[in-house]
Amino acid sequence: MAFSRGMHLRTYSVLLLFIALKAIGNLSLAWGMKHLPAAGANPLSYIRAMLDPFVALGVVSLIVALLTRMVLLSLADLSFVLPVTAVGYVIAAFLGKIVLHEVVTAERWMGTILIFIGAALVGSTGEKSK
Amino acid sequence: MKWVLVTLMVVATVLSDLLQSYEMKRAGEQSVGARGLLRLLGMIAQRKFLIFAILCMAVSFFSFMALVQTEPLSFAVPASAASFILETVLAKFVLKEKVGAKRAAGALIVLAGVVLLGE
Repeated sequence: MAFSRGMHLRTYSVLLLFIALKAIGNLSLAWGMKHLPAAGANPLSYIRAMLDPFVALGVVSLIVALLTRMVLLSLADLSFVLPVTAVGYVIAAFLGKIVLHEVVTAERWMGTILIFIGAALVGSTGEKSK
Repeated sequence: MKWVLVTLMVVATVLSDLLQSYEMKRAGEQSVGARGLLRLLGMIAQRKFLIFAILCMAVSFFSFMALVQTEPLSFAVPASAASFILETVLAKFVLKEKVGAKRAAGALIVLAGVVLLGE
């Protein structure tokens, strides 16, 4: 896909927006769910959980992130989108450690970095964009 | 329990993607205008695989909600990448797609990462 300068700027703005929305959505959802009683296997408990403001913010952010990703895919190829958005796995680990005060062991950091590299490699083949 | 939720989330995601891809290819090109979206909704109601794909999406999302409730976010999000492994295996053995060395290596690296996450 050939880009003009303006197109580049638009693509990277949408990309940043997608990464931010996904990170905020996951964080808010996790924060909200951790403060609710265990939902178990009843699907209704999950629908009820969506009434919690943090869970609701998480769900809305993730839905907007999904729509933003669709816009991103209309601007750039999947073989570009998949590898660069794989950075979200590393961001989630950082947010877990910094905001949720999770213990992230050396093995977990290593695992997350391997997942980032692996996902970027799978995505960069462009075989899914057929 | 965490691996049960990861497995449920990954299988439901991959199944949903597979069913959507299969049905949308059969349906042909769709538009995103108001009329196009209405047509799409009507089509979803008529095609049982698409209804099942949406159910799978709901199962995947509820599993993710349950996972972030009991497990750290730094585990739940990277673990969701395990879908790349299943997708690659299915692409090779079910869809009979040609899986290149780069994609196979990527899936193996993701697998090693998921194993390390569980340590």
